[in-house]
Amino acid sequence: MPSRPPTAAHSRLREEVGSVDQVGIEERVAKFTTRSIKKTAKLWGLRMAVAMTDLTTLEGKDTPGKVDSLCQKALRPHEDPATPSVAAVCVYPSMVRRAKSRVGGSKVKVASVATAFPSGQTHLRTRLAEVRGAVADGADEIDMVINRGAFLSGEFARVQDEIAAVVEACGTAALKVILEVSELETYDNIRAASFLAMEVIRPGDFIKTSTGKTTLNATLGNNQVMIEAIRDFYLDTGVAIGMKPAGGIKTAKQSLQFLIAVKETLGDAWLTPKRYRFGASSLLNDLLRQLEKERTGAYQAPYAFSDAAESY
Amino acid sequence: MATRRPGPAPRLIFGDLWEFDPAPETADPKLQARYDLFIGGRFVRPRSGQTFASVNPATEAKLAEIALAGPAEVDAAYQAAGKAFRPWAGLPGRERGKYLFRIARLLQDRAREFAVAETLDGGKPIKESRDFDVPMAAAHFFYHAGWADKLEYVAPGRAVAPLGVVGQVIPWNFPLLMLAWKLAPALAMGNCVVLKPAETTSITALKLAGLLQDAGLPPGVVNFVTGAGETGALVMGHPAAAKVAFTGSTEVGKAIMRQLAGTDRRMTMELGGKAANIIFDDAPLDQAVEGVVNAIFFNQGHVCCAGSRLLVQEGVAERVVAKLQARMRMLRVGDPLDKNTDLGAINSKGQLATIRRLVAAGVREGATLYQPPGPLPARGYFYPPTLLTGVTQSHRVAREEIFGPVLSVLTFRTVDEAIEKANNTAYGLSAGVWTDKGSRILRLATELKAGVVWANTFNRFDPSSPFGGYKESGFGREGGRQGLLDYAHLV
Repeated sequence: MPSRPPTAAHSRLREEVGSVDQVGIEERVAKFTTRSIKKTAKLWGLRMAVAMTDLTTLEGKDTPGKVDSLCQKALRPHEDPATPSVAAVCVYPSMVRRAKSRVGGSKVKVASVATAFPSGQTHLRTRLAEVRGAVADGADEIDMVINRGAFLSGEFARVQDEIAAVVEACGTAALKVILEVSELETYDNIRAASFLAMEVIRPGDFIKTSTGKTTLNATLGNNQVMIEAIRDFYLDTGVAIGMKPAGGIKTAKQSLQFLIAVKETLGDAWLTPKRYRFGASSLLNDLLRQLEKERTGAYQAPYAFSDAAESY
Repeated sequence: MATRRPGPAPRLIFGDLWEFDPAPETADPKLQARYDLFIGGRFVRPRSGQTFASVNPATEAKLAEIALAGPAEVDAAYQAAGKAFRPWAGLPGRERGKYLFRIARLLQDRAREFAVAETLDGGKPIKESRDFDVPMAAAHFFYHAGWADKLEYVAPGRAVAPLGVVGQVIPWNFPLLMLAWKLAPALAMGNCVVLKPAETTSITALKLAGLLQDAGLPPGVVNFVTGAGETGALVMGHPAAAKVAFTGSTEVGKAIMRQLAGTDRRMTMELGGKAANIIFDDAPLDQAVEGVVNAIFFNQGHVCCAGSRLLVQEGVAERVVAKLQARMRMLRVGDPLDKNTDLGAINSKGQLATIRRLVAAGVREGATLYQPPGPLPARGYFYPPTLLTGVTQSHRVAREEIFGPVLSVLTFRTVDEAIEKANNTAYGLSAGVWTDKGSRILRLATELKAGVVWANTFNRFDPSSPFGGYKESGFGREGGRQGLLDYAHLV
């Protein structure tokens, strides 16, 4: 059978899963930013955002010492006992064993990026071996990247087969599938890729916006496209998939706006670290700063919080 | 796509896990206990001494006493306007423009104060008066200020001249914005004005009168007389009016036209509407649903161009209704001053009764009612967002303007049927089309008999865009070059 042109593959998929109007969805998410969250609602939201954080360090210059510090911060972000621990620490595979030795036995999970993060540009066998290695070292969660080249050229079966192979390699580890939204270009593509991923992962696995390594990362707009896809998929199949926006969420205010989007789109059942995560590094200290402001009535200096890059 | 596993149908939980705390807007509206008439640049008491109360529809508490204008006061207002007309029309356009710029800037300076006053008096959510009513009102003054010294370009090849004194009556749904729509073009062109605000929402007009004093506007150029229908009839029927402009119900518009039949009075009428919002099966459904919500629940549905009839292509009707119901559960009804409120109070007791009566008629005629769960405030005039499905063309709720948060859903199969149903109404103010197909949008824009046709959006306004109706929705345009021409003689 002659192969169909890739454009036809995309339009068929769009017809099946539906399209997205860019102007309309951006108007919708602008309404989340006008919600006014005060007092106990604010405290609840800030603490929930802390508990949903995948505290991340993904740099070539990462050291065992930095991972140790990150793990300690993940376990006990602040001396206030009302502040929960974060959901997970997220590191490269080479740091998984180190991180596991620090947080193992606690509620904090070890997440590892794998599959030749961030580009994914290597052989499938290498990517799968990396996943197996990270799981063997003790990773509880694997953050994989999809094959964007295959998606953009319309090879959807290949995209799904590769994700399915990673699911198998994960064993009992949870999987987060990174779509790398900035390389998918359009909201239509983000929605389509969300469905492709959700069809082959397991209940409780996640879809994730980005690696944090490109120019455009998580925005309220692409978060909304993906949580609407999760909602529609859930209502059609009963399978509840989690969501993780990552990269670019730096302030407590932003994280509350994302949580409002979750509350008003997916409802209460997704307001839990089991189904929603923030992939972030500097966000945590701003959350702590705002929590301290609520507790004491005054903003603390940056150096009052550990691991603050902006201290002087 | 994966198929559903056995078990109960999946549902989303929109509960109280994360309830928002009250977030009231706290700016001082600077209200007076009593407001007098604004005639000849001064606040004057009516000879009769009579007043009426303006009530906060969210609490039913009295906000202020408003002076009631009788024949003597309306006459005095027309005399003051007549006296001011020659000098005002004789000013160079750029001088008139300066006053309009000043009014716009003062309104921006005091935006929060005016927004709170508008919300207290009219019941609309603070986020709408703050983000829409007040900024748009200022935008209309800015836009027409820009025209004031460029009037020779309004009608290329022709010169324009003002008409004289114009009488204006405005409705209660957008008190300040409708006032700006009426005042700004009239003043830019060089006319003087006698205006009557709606009796339930006079306060922001009279606050604006103080602002006009601050702007140094010459006495008599703008006069405000307050009262109910009788005062309105006096303003519309006064022999000194060169033109009358009315925004309100079709019923009252017809009465004014009967009253003025046979005179040489110029008229513009912006009347009721029963807009069709048409969703085709190729539309991005979530964004279409969002647009439909914005079209009918904006300002509690007190919008003459509200998209009150939803026409959905039958293949997607079930999904659209399900998505609409889910979205409606997210609308927060309550204290209009709370920044998180999406639907505020119905403007008056009378309007609440009208909405209840028409919805009851819809249910009696066989429509299915959906209202999201949740309590309404114990005091004040509130009505929940309402969806009526199974409505046909002959139902009253598909024909009569409800002017409330009530959406009637009809279905269609073909494009021709959609056009036929959309046009099968006495009104023709606005319409909406939701589709991914550009050629279909262009065809519908031509064939829908409505003054505004929005494509993949709804309730979008701009001072440069003319607004007005077909058929019983009125005639004349407001906004843009066309709106200015309705306040001018071509010479």
